[in-house]
Amino acid sequence: MRYLDKTAIENISIGAAFLGTGGGGDPYIGKLMAISAIEQNGPVRLYSVDEIADEDFFIPTAMMGAPSVSSEKFPNGSEFVKVFQKLSRYLGKDNIAGTYPMEAGGVNSMIPIVVAAQLGLPLVDCDGMGRAFPELQMVTFNLDGVPATPMAITDEKGNIGIFETIDNKWTERLGRAATVEMGASALVSLYPTTGAQMKTSGVHGIVTLSERIGEIIASKNRDAKDKLEELLQLVSGYELFQGKIVDVIRETKGGFNLGRMNLEGIEGHKGGNMDVHFQNENLVAEKDGRVVAMTPDLICLVDFETLSPITTESLKYGKRVRVIGLPAHEKWRTAKGIETAGPKYFGYDYEYVPLEKLVNKAVADHV
Amino acid sequence: MYRIGIDVGGTNTDAIILDERHQLIHAVKSPTSLDIKTGIESSLRQLLQEAKIDKAQITHAMLGTTQCTNAIVERKKLAKVGVIRLGYPATASVPPYTAWPKDMVDILSGSYSLVQGGYEYDGQLLGEVDEEEIKALLDKWRNHVESIAVIGVFSSIKNDQELLVRDLIQEEYGEAFPVSCSSLIGSVGLIERENATILNAALCKVIAATTSGFIHALEEEGIKSAQVYLCQNDGTLMSIDYAKQFPILTIACGPTNSIRGASYLAQIKDTMVLDVGGTTSDIGVLQDGFPRESSVAVEVGDIRTNFRMPDIISVGLGGGSIVRVSDSGAITVGPDSVGYRIGEEALVFGGNTLTTTDIAVRLGLAEVGDKSLVSHLEEDFALAVQAQIAAIIEQAIDKMKTSSEDIQLVLVGGGSIIIPDQIRGVARMIKTENGNVANAIGASIAQISGQYEQIYIYSREPRESSLKDAEEKAVKQAVLAGAVSETIELVEVEETPLAYHPENATRLRVKVVGKMK
Repeated sequence: MRYLDKTAIENISIGAAFLGTGGGGDPYIGKLMAISAIEQNGPVRLYSVDEIADEDFFIPTAMMGAPSVSSEKFPNGSEFVKVFQKLSRYLGKDNIAGTYPMEAGGVNSMIPIVVAAQLGLPLVDCDGMGRAFPELQMVTFNLDGVPATPMAITDEKGNIGIFETIDNKWTERLGRAATVEMGASALVSLYPTTGAQMKTSGVHGIVTLSERIGEIIASKNRDAKDKLEELLQLVSGYELFQGKIVDVIRETKGGFNLGRMNLEGIEGHKGGNMDVHFQNENLVAEKDGRVVAMTPDLICLVDFETLSPITTESLKYGKRVRVIGLPAHEKWRTAKGIETAGPKYFGYDYEYVPLEKLVNKAVADHV
Repeated sequence: MYRIGIDVGGTNTDAIILDERHQLIHAVKSPTSLDIKTGIESSLRQLLQEAKIDKAQITHAMLGTTQCTNAIVERKKLAKVGVIRLGYPATASVPPYTAWPKDMVDILSGSYSLVQGGYEYDGQLLGEVDEEEIKALLDKWRNHVESIAVIGVFSSIKNDQELLVRDLIQEEYGEAFPVSCSSLIGSVGLIERENATILNAALCKVIAATTSGFIHALEEEGIKSAQVYLCQNDGTLMSIDYAKQFPILTIACGPTNSIRGASYLAQIKDTMVLDVGGTTSDIGVLQDGFPRESSVAVEVGDIRTNFRMPDIISVGLGGGSIVRVSDSGAITVGPDSVGYRIGEEALVFGGNTLTTTDIAVRLGLAEVGDKSLVSHLEEDFALAVQAQIAAIIEQAIDKMKTSSEDIQLVLVGGGSIIIPDQIRGVARMIKTENGNVANAIGASIAQISGQYEQIYIYSREPRESSLKDAEEKAVKQAVLAGAVSETIELVEVEETPLAYHPENATRLRVKVVGKMK
């Protein structure tokens, strides 16, 4: 067990935004909410998965909806606890042992910290994605058959509801419809989980990993190359490209932001070209017309100089970036994982090939 | 017919006169005074004495000033602000002033209230404004606040609530009481827009003093009938009345004036501009004659905001930058500078500090001071320093480029003699006559703009009519700011689709520009 202070929170928000692969919203609002919560209630305890009891119960709390809405209409602050307690009462469990993040991302890494601070509960160093994904069934607990519901959902106005669905895709469908009606942003508590289930089905150590990533990115007076090397070593990642954004094409389809950006190589990648396709999150990267990384592996865009993560909302012509590829958690690389969040699910006609293979193949072809 | 342009920079105050064909009649440069006002007065006096023109023929006077920026940075002369956020119970998780520097909050009094109101992302009501609630708040704040900032959730979609609250305030506190509405200042992103609106509200006293000071200085010199304008940071002008409503828009107008002036002098509408001063150099990009806007949240005095700002890179390199050689033989240039003391400290002027200007003189790029005082410098050494200078500029230029093609660069500013003729990535370098007063020229040739931003739902209001609506509203803004409606043209359209929205919602922003009255 250890305590999370303001510095830890700032680093976690940066690292989680990095793992958010372009989605998960601007970490700014999330960070402000978490910091004001610990300023009022004191620091939050963080437990590793090994430190929790198998039979204890845990509930995550997250924000659902459009990141662009939450930068304008953000929560009241009481909903997090309200939705959490609504679910615990519905479950008939008075003593929930703690909370944890559903995904890594600028906002959803922070909300459980607010809940933990306000209720004096511990936070568990574990999540259900190891990155950010847009839909509720794209969770490692789902891959192991853990039901998403009962789910509680609320808005800042005080509307509150409970869903019990026949499967986790229906949770996404109905939850999405309710979220849109609630003003395109809602708070949800779902996937009630035992300690044993977290041990088997969760992505462990994600909060600490986010913090470590954030520390490296936020460290001052260091050369970008040194920082990058340390970062890649930490996450077993690859620098896929150095480029400048020369075009961003976006369209809104089926309630999602679909798009593609084109990068022109700079520095070591001069003469090269990369396309990155995104649907809130970055999903496929093609270098000189050949795929070099695809979902569920992580494609992270960072500022060329500072390595600050860049969300797909803020992509703009002229930005100099580095594209970093990270292997997804092993649970995503199973058949069920690829079926749930692989390239085909998102409408790209590719067979999933792990990042390491694609990178090594590109190197082999080059030699 | 003449027009006068004055640009108050960190180091120098420049003043110029243009005739009706925009030909430069006269220019003067004098050090910026500590109180700014005296510097404006003395440069104006000197300008008019030397130019010997008929003062009655002066029809326009423009001022580009750093006073608002300085007031924020130095925390001086700021008003006590009351902040009204319409949106409760939403948004309470992050109250106003979160993450602000504490000394700034204390100076502005830190008064705020979250009240009912606001809209949803699709324009539906989030909450209705309760007039009694507002009036009770105003009773409490009477004589405690000098200016009020009003911020409504999604006011960029509908701002009638913000305007209603403004009317209520002016009913209670009087017509002249300064109210800043967020929908007229920043874009989507509540906290950043709120911060910009609070800063705008805080600047009401500074801008009032600046504008009356400028008018007074003109009258002292016998210029009584000229129309008076202030420069905005997008390369356009605003009338005094408009400036009083939106003082924050003067922030960073200096670099904008330089790049606009450079464009005018070189007669090029699309180019990159390098403005070299004594301590720093600014690089900006002109698109169709106007500066490219920054796409990232910009911090002003450590406060994160989202109002429009020019996309400028500043590097610590100027005519007075100090050149050093380390024990290992490595050469560094800047970022520190001898600044305005260059006339005493640089080697060519008999001083003891090796500066970039000395290198330029040694290499025969410039003829200032006494050449013999730098003849002892080895040519190889001078060339090595020049390579360092080129490297600093190359890197900065590369950051601003949007394609790998070589660009053309217009070079202006008093320190531009230090820049070598060959820079990697630059196909063509243009040096202009009068480039040393490009900023004052930029101030005096600016046009009037109007801007409008709103989220439109294309499935309900087709793209064509949405565009038309936004353009009409932008034209209205421009006319309010002092533009002649017949001359107004559309210069910028930006469309951003919103994620997750089921009905193809798009944030649409348009900008128009016209000639001034």
